[in-house]
Amino acid sequence: MQISSRLSARAGIERASIVMATAANLDLLFEAGLLEKPVESSPSDIIVALAGDKGAIDAAIGEVEAALVQRAADRRHEAGVPEIACRTIEAALAEQSGANLALISVPGDYAAAEAFKALRLGLNVMLFSDNVSIADEIALKQLAHEHQLMVMGPDCGTAIIDGVPLGFANAVRRGEIGVVAASGTGLQQVACLIDRWGAGVSQAIGTGGRDLKAEVGGRTMLQGLTALAADTATKVIVLISKPPAANMARRVLAQATKSGKPVVVCFLGADPSVLHGSGIHPAPTLDAAARIAIDLSQGCNGRAIPATPNDGDNVAIAAEVAHLEPGQRFVRGVYSGGTFCYEALLLLSAALGPIMSSTPLDRSCVLADPWRSEGHTVVDLGDDIFTRGRPHPMIDNTLRAERIVTEVRDPAVAVVLFDLVLGYGAHRDPAAEIGAAVEAARAVAARDGRYVVFVASVCGTTGDPQGLAGQEARLRHAGVLLADSNAEAVRLAARIAQQRIAKESGLQAKRGQQ
Amino acid sequence: MKPFFGGNLGIINIGLASFAEAIADAGVAVVSIDWRPPGLGDIAAGRALAELVRLPIVEAANEEAIARYRRSQPVLAGVGAAGKTLPGMGERMILHAGPPIEWERMCGPMRGAIAGAILLEGWAANLDAALALAATGEITFSPCHHHDAVGPMAGVISPSMPVWIVADRAYGTLAFSNMNEGLGKVLRFGANGAEVIERLTWMGSVLGPALSATIETAGGIELKPLMAQALHMGDELHNRNVAATSLLIRRLLPPAIKVLRNPDDLAKVFAFVASNDHFFLNISMAACKAMVNAARGVEASSLVTAMARNGVDFGIRLSGTGDDWFTAPAPKVDGLYFPGYGNADAALDLGDSCITETAGLGGFAMAAAPAIVQFVGGTPQDATAYSNEMTHIVMGRNDALTLPGLNHTGTPAGIDARKVVDSGIAPVINTGIAHRQAGVGQIGAGITRAPMVAFCKAIRALAARVGDEARARGAGSRA
Repeated sequence: MQISSRLSARAGIERASIVMATAANLDLLFEAGLLEKPVESSPSDIIVALAGDKGAIDAAIGEVEAALVQRAADRRHEAGVPEIACRTIEAALAEQSGANLALISVPGDYAAAEAFKALRLGLNVMLFSDNVSIADEIALKQLAHEHQLMVMGPDCGTAIIDGVPLGFANAVRRGEIGVVAASGTGLQQVACLIDRWGAGVSQAIGTGGRDLKAEVGGRTMLQGLTALAADTATKVIVLISKPPAANMARRVLAQATKSGKPVVVCFLGADPSVLHGSGIHPAPTLDAAARIAIDLSQGCNGRAIPATPNDGDNVAIAAEVAHLEPGQRFVRGVYSGGTFCYEALLLLSAALGPIMSSTPLDRSCVLADPWRSEGHTVVDLGDDIFTRGRPHPMIDNTLRAERIVTEVRDPAVAVVLFDLVLGYGAHRDPAAEIGAAVEAARAVAARDGRYVVFVASVCGTTGDPQGLAGQEARLRHAGVLLADSNAEAVRLAARIAQQRIAKESGLQAKRGQQ
Repeated sequence: MKPFFGGNLGIINIGLASFAEAIADAGVAVVSIDWRPPGLGDIAAGRALAELVRLPIVEAANEEAIARYRRSQPVLAGVGAAGKTLPGMGERMILHAGPPIEWERMCGPMRGAIAGAILLEGWAANLDAALALAATGEITFSPCHHHDAVGPMAGVISPSMPVWIVADRAYGTLAFSNMNEGLGKVLRFGANGAEVIERLTWMGSVLGPALSATIETAGGIELKPLMAQALHMGDELHNRNVAATSLLIRRLLPPAIKVLRNPDDLAKVFAFVASNDHFFLNISMAACKAMVNAARGVEASSLVTAMARNGVDFGIRLSGTGDDWFTAPAPKVDGLYFPGYGNADAALDLGDSCITETAGLGGFAMAAAPAIVQFVGGTPQDATAYSNEMTHIVMGRNDALTLPGLNHTGTPAGIDARKVVDSGIAPVINTGIAHRQAGVGQIGAGITRAPMVAFCKAIRALAARVGDEARARGAGSRA
């Protein structure tokens, strides 16, 4: 993945994909147009698929070969006979008998088998891989239950265990707040905000997005709750998910109540009235979850601190809005994080009415063409529809950079809203590339005599490899209006759009504020 | 649930290597696996394997099987005529190498050897008649392995041929192999001319009886100590047997001088043995057959008890799957050729001789035989690397057969089909290369790998068998 990202950044290369030649990956390459005809390959081969001009492709192939040779050389570097590395979990366990967790990120077709082996060998599992069937997920969680082990995932992108970032995770200060999340970026957001606002995380457990489905039975979330309830280092627990089915929600809340610890429940988009019970603290947004959890961990009642617009924001908004032309009124959200996109859809539709998307809240709002925005639009470029045959936008900024420029060509666009996710596994310097895209987009708009507002939040910490301060500084330099959290960024964007709409038509403005 | 946090976190990383960096940066112990799809991408076999990993019934069966293998005490006991010695040997039966195969599908060298055996037995007057007879179906063809025997290359054994008898003193069982004819125009490469038949006749009438009497006088020859010594002298006992052959002569000569009254026979017998660096190979094979036979028939065990090729199919058997063969197309051999020959002349992998690898010798013991790389290709480092690599797919080591170059550790032994599929590491085999046409002989030697497909089939079968048994037992306990 890192090599594909490096290659697609090369001049003359339009697309680059380096994947294992599994049947599923070959299909994806076909669909992405990176493969024209079947190639003779076995799943343990690596396929390098490139689109671009001839010279650039030759140079890129040279780079790949050099990287592979280097890798082989690294393995043989010691004189004498090369010892071969462990090929199996069982062999690795013989080398490190104290291991207790397997982090599995192999292609989906093979992931369940690796997880079954890990469980049989007595290891807990974090299953980063996706494309694992729900039947396998159920069987894995059943086996884990029998062996008194835990399976985080499948499709568990992130977790923080004993302060160790696993998968796509951030370097978060240790503290007293434990998190169990069915959403990867949801977990990252809450953990990073806890860090940003001065508190810390004891454990952050990912469950995978399907854990709370009735068939799976919320096994991992319930286990996580139990583990955090028993963990003396955890004072406050945060649960993050999309709203589960009613009976599932009841089970989780009942278990939460039994924990004897305050539990902040952020079921994004859920009716807050169902989230009640002794010790249950509902949070409507991810940032609210972080604020309430911090408040509770400091011994307060957890009811305070609704995010209110401050004077600084008001001044900034007024300054930005003053630059906009008549007719500029739409918000365009260009996201890399699925849960950020979802949160934006929830907040914007409450403020502005129906929001178009390739993954909308309501089917009537699905984009006819996911590559073309209409009206207020928010897209998750990390969704399968966009990532087929391409690296994820948290790793490779190309697609987002293009989409940002595309959005400003529409004269009706007032605000471009986006996220930037830092941490291990993410792109090494996303602000440089996205900042440059913002500058390029400004130039495009300026040629047409327009100004466009850019609003964003950076999800990361000071300890992350990219460094939060430097990334934010780069975006500010590009004139991006920054908020601490995604929810705040969305509110800023919504207020800008509302002010524009109010200017144009008092009637419409009234409707928008209702 | 046992909490896995708040204590000592230890992580095994399977997949993206970059994830390990973040973990190591945080100061936590992490081992990254050099992962590749199990069974070279056979998803069903990978799933079947996952059911067998650390399964108590399989673990217990394997412990039993490897212990039995280790206890085996092969002793060279004598020489007998195949027809009178081999269990289940019929009057009009010819044995061959590898898994079962019909005449129509046999490769050139095997057909040539069978025709030669028919001539030796006097069942046909000439070569054409012999080939015609073979095609009629009047003669039964049967794998050596079905008669506790093994034979290199074509592995052809007919009733009048002399066979080595190896007795397992620990179990009171017997294993057999034919006798080595030397290089050049020989039956095992499909040659069947007059000189071949003459030599075989002499081996049956003079060599076999003479050596049998000699061995009897010696009171049998313990094979494990002799083989252990040969490993320390640079043999790996598959493709290099020069030390073992020399050691054998030292053991044979004193009793031979005592018992062989005819000085002509004595001279001819020892000239024949001394002229062939590979003379010991067939004894090594019979000893190996005895050792893995000891491990046979342990229900649910994934220990490999046979690897054998007939020049068309490569077959394996597991201890825990009864008499079933699991086959795949025989691979090509990657090797060095004698002058004048090349890839296009080569037959596919052939012979029962990889019984040595099955028992932990040959390619598994290559670290003992750095000189062999001049014969099979590669560097002395490669030879050691092969032995190291094989430790990843075995159940343990054979401490009676040690490798000085690896600090006197035992040879990796007891191939676990689960580990083969899981790691994607196929057993390495040192082997000779036959000409694809009958009678030309050996044209080179090299290294090949047992085909993964056969192991995938075996693992699927074992998982089904173990699953059936578990279900049957479950049903029984409910009843």
